[in-house]
Amino acid sequence: MTTTSGSTPETRHHHHDRDETDQPGGLVGEVARMSAEERAEHEAEVADVVAPDRDIEVEVGETLLEMRDVTLSFGGLVALDSVSFSIRRGEILGLIGPNGAGKTTCFNAMTGVYRPSSGAVLLEGRPLGKLKKSQITRRGIARTFQNIRLFDEMTALENVVVGTDARHRTGVLGALLRLPRHHREEREGVERAMALLEFVGIADRAADKAKNLPYGYQRRLEIARALATEPKLLCLDEPAAGFNPAEKEELMGLIRRIRDDGYTVLLIDHDMKLVMGVTDRLVVLEFGKKIADGRPAEVREDPAVIAAYLGVPDDDVA
Amino acid sequence: MNAHHFRSGTATKVPFGQRIRDWWNGLSRFHQWAIIIPVVVLVYLMPFLNFFPITTEPGTDFELALFNTARIVLIAIGLNVVVGQAGLLDLGYVGFFAIGAYVAALMTSRDSALYAEYPWLLVVVVGIAVTMVSGVIIGTPTLRLRGDYLAIVTLGFGEIVRLLADNIPALRGNVGFRNLERPPGEWSDGTRIFTQGDGIPWYWLTVTAIIAVLILVGNLERSRVGRAWVAIREDEDAAEIMGVPTFRFKVWAFVIGAAIGGLSGVLYAGQLGFVNNARFDVVTSVLFLAAVILGGSGNKVGVILGAIVIAYTPERFQVVSEYRYLIFGLALIVLMIFRPQGLLGARQRLLARGRQAYKRLVGKPEPVSTESPMKDAGKRTGV
Repeated sequence: MTTTSGSTPETRHHHHDRDETDQPGGLVGEVARMSAEERAEHEAEVADVVAPDRDIEVEVGETLLEMRDVTLSFGGLVALDSVSFSIRRGEILGLIGPNGAGKTTCFNAMTGVYRPSSGAVLLEGRPLGKLKKSQITRRGIARTFQNIRLFDEMTALENVVVGTDARHRTGVLGALLRLPRHHREEREGVERAMALLEFVGIADRAADKAKNLPYGYQRRLEIARALATEPKLLCLDEPAAGFNPAEKEELMGLIRRIRDDGYTVLLIDHDMKLVMGVTDRLVVLEFGKKIADGRPAEVREDPAVIAAYLGVPDDDVA
Repeated sequence: MNAHHFRSGTATKVPFGQRIRDWWNGLSRFHQWAIIIPVVVLVYLMPFLNFFPITTEPGTDFELALFNTARIVLIAIGLNVVVGQAGLLDLGYVGFFAIGAYVAALMTSRDSALYAEYPWLLVVVVGIAVTMVSGVIIGTPTLRLRGDYLAIVTLGFGEIVRLLADNIPALRGNVGFRNLERPPGEWSDGTRIFTQGDGIPWYWLTVTAIIAVLILVGNLERSRVGRAWVAIREDEDAAEIMGVPTFRFKVWAFVIGAAIGGLSGVLYAGQLGFVNNARFDVVTSVLFLAAVILGGSGNKVGVILGAIVIAYTPERFQVVSEYRYLIFGLALIVLMIFRPQGLLGARQRLLARGRQAYKRLVGKPEPVSTESPMKDAGKRTGV
């Protein structure tokens, strides 16, 4: 993973495909023509705009989010059974488990889609309680979706600007009369959104409607949109679903760069290679219960985890 | 991370609408204004183009036909905020129109107990304010519903307003209010400018209102508010999770739509000089909605076009007038089969500084292609 913008060979190829006569214009074309040093410098600038308030200084280890005895049941079905774990600032935590183990439910409990039947979710020590989903986002938890949910009729850039709006306060009156705050926030939002599109490497298609983007671009656009809300915790729900190995490799690089920019990342994925390769710590769920929590290498050796994934012969259980 | 499997490699024919749009977007600001200003002047001069084939006479007075068309255009723009931009299906929009008309009646008709010599502009302001408040009152409980349920509840709201007019004695039911006050002003010979018979001043007033509303609604569209509305229309849950306070902005969409409907009601009542409980029925609501759907929900130019079709053609062609519901009904069915997005598809600009941004990023001032050869290939359901 060496390039950050839409200037990978494939992308350039794309562009030509679309329009034989036209060189990539604008910033994208410029980046493509840059030398290595220029590009590194440009990337640093981009990173600065992407995460202006990042606190890299903070030591990894302080608890950012805590799941405290979270139980969630739907009728008789217990989807999460007294699950407790915490996510520390600056780490990449993997949440894994077999199908139906409760990973996405866990996500939904954190982001306010479901409310825990008992237990609590605490962000920076404060319980999320009855906050609305949009309020939770503004408190600092952003997510992507397992099945992509972009705003189809908006351009890629507009999608990301919606994310930046989570931090904006222009109301109807301000927009109606175009008051100074509206102008300031518009400028800031577009700047950051452009930087984010570059950061995830899809700036060359900024002007295309989300529904017209290729699949891999849509996945990355979701990440950019979530980052735009300036989250403290970024939750990625199977971001590599449907990716080929090369694309997965590139995604791992992106996730690491996101962490290096000062974000904390929670990652759900089925792909063990991806999860083992990129996470600092793993939490394993099975049938709504936590069965392991530790470094990837430890978790891999954990008998309970092996049993959960590979199954246990009947005689062993008895 | 590029997916290659969707490339079709074949160049598709650029649709006509797209070519117009590309041409328009390719023009500089200066050139765009050089076209807009003459068009606006032409719109103001419409009453003087009173000849075949444009004129609606001898069937209907041409100037009044123009005013009525402009009035429906204003309504369509307001309804488009609710239906087109925020995606909230509102079948009771006529209710807001009625409230605006009744406020004007209550304040300026001598039949009303509330009559006083209010300045006419105050009537407009109060009319808009009252409809906005009613928008909040109706929106707050109903906007927790979605889709079909919302449509049914708003249908009920429209009927409630009409039935209140029927049954509250102070609102005088079918007898109605007569001799409503009109805007002040006299020609040099001492006759009033605004009368029932002369459509021209009303038409000009309404066109001016339309331009003002278009500017203000455009400001909203290219802001956090407009983006929130479109995000809600596209995927309400995702919008909420991305930090959009969806409920608040849905109520705002209702309120802004209501304000425009109310304004239109005040103008209508003023011109007619008479308000009673007729003409505020569900069918009128549906006709408004037809204008929006026909022209292209979510496209300001589209809904203006739709409103002109709905309002002008029956005035122009007697046969359309007689069979209007049949004709518009069939037109809608045909349209839904061949062009479900309406005459002009949804089109919005959501960034106040989009032109510069796109230019910097991709070297073109505007978003490219709405129709792409890879239209559906990008969409795959996640595992």
